[in-house]
Amino acid sequence: MAENFLFEIVTPYRKLVSKEVEEVTAPGELGEFGVLAGHTQYLTLLKAGTLSYKSGSETGTIVVGRGYAEVSHDKTVVLVDNADYVSEIDVSAAQEELTKAETALAAMEPDDINYQRTLDTKELAEARLAAKG
Amino acid sequence: MANLGDIKRRIKSVKNTQQITKAMKMVAAAKLKRAQDEITEARPYAEKMAELTNSLASKTSKESHPLLSGIGGPKVGVILVTSDRGLCGGFNTVLLRTAENFLVEEEVTDPSMYLVGKRGAEYFKRRSANIVGNRVAGSGRPQYATAVEIATDMISRFLKEELDEVHLVYSQFQSALTQIPKVQRLLPLAPEEEPEKGDIKGGETEGPTEILYEPSSEDVLASLLPKYVEVQIFRALLESSASEHGARMTAMDSASKNAKEMIGALTLQYNRIRQAAITTELMEIISGAESLKG
Repeated sequence: MAENFLFEIVTPYRKLVSKEVEEVTAPGELGEFGVLAGHTQYLTLLKAGTLSYKSGSETGTIVVGRGYAEVSHDKTVVLVDNADYVSEIDVSAAQEELTKAETALAAMEPDDINYQRTLDTKELAEARLAAKG
Repeated sequence: MANLGDIKRRIKSVKNTQQITKAMKMVAAAKLKRAQDEITEARPYAEKMAELTNSLASKTSKESHPLLSGIGGPKVGVILVTSDRGLCGGFNTVLLRTAENFLVEEEVTDPSMYLVGKRGAEYFKRRSANIVGNRVAGSGRPQYATAVEIATDMISRFLKEELDEVHLVYSQFQSALTQIPKVQRLLPLAPEEEPEKGDIKGGETEGPTEILYEPSSEDVLASLLPKYVEVQIFRALLESSASEHGARMTAMDSASKNAKEMIGALTLQYNRIRQAAITTELMEIISGAESLKG
């Protein structure tokens, strides 16, 4: 049996996950990375994408927005604005958000104060749709 | 002396008022429960965020990020979180007074106000203050997106040097009976410094290993700081919302109690007058009968 470590996902609204897991794979800013027990201390930015964890025979897939992951010896904490289990995603809502964000982006200059946020929304919607396949 | 009909009408009207205050108390209690849950849910995120920001900011120099540097100045921005509706005891009065006191103490002459909640907006509009932002608190749970908008607005003003300092005035929720008005400096960010404690702790738990940052500690910090501001504002919105419901619940509870007392007093008065009328009538009948006998 592999070693376990504590894995948590917290958003401003709720603590989505808090459990002992064996392995976590997360979408880092510079590419996907995996975490096993005893990983070196590590703090990274996350981009929108799909995060998965494995705990025994149980696996979970969660779509996350932009945020941070803090990995320490016995614990991994993911701080994100948005996190949903794949089963919770509403495809039509995500589609709608994507269309809205794309329209907004087309009308915006890249130095607009809201540009980055709209881009994040778009990426999140895309990640949600991709996870739903 | 008031006549019977008048008193009866008054009793009825006080009873109606009591029903309303009772209902409002119950609604406030339910909302308070929800607001409290929301705070509990949001706390881990806010705490973790504060922890990360503090540990990162204490390792980097103050000049490394514009949100950390600056020593304040005369151009002060205040974010004030009040409620939309009244009937919540001294909640808004206390907050407004706290904000006013703060401005007087700091000798701020022309503050830029960002007002959340109609009550605060009305108050400062009448005083023709310089209002840079104004939004309703809204019903239901405070949205994180709201906090993001406020934060983005204030941060951009701060970076453009329209503001030297930004303060946040809100009501911290302690219990339904106590809400503490708070003034917190938001910008420039001042991480709580505990150098010695941090070092010892770091030495013990982290050992010689350095934390790896990806892409780099500067990039992580640059993205964390605005986020930290957002989280602080979001927490203030949640705390104020819970405080409002707590204050309203307490206020409506005492209003219901007062109404009950008043109904008691009025009923007593009503019965006395009725009894007096009956007695007078009886006396008249008896004296009439007596005079007929004689």
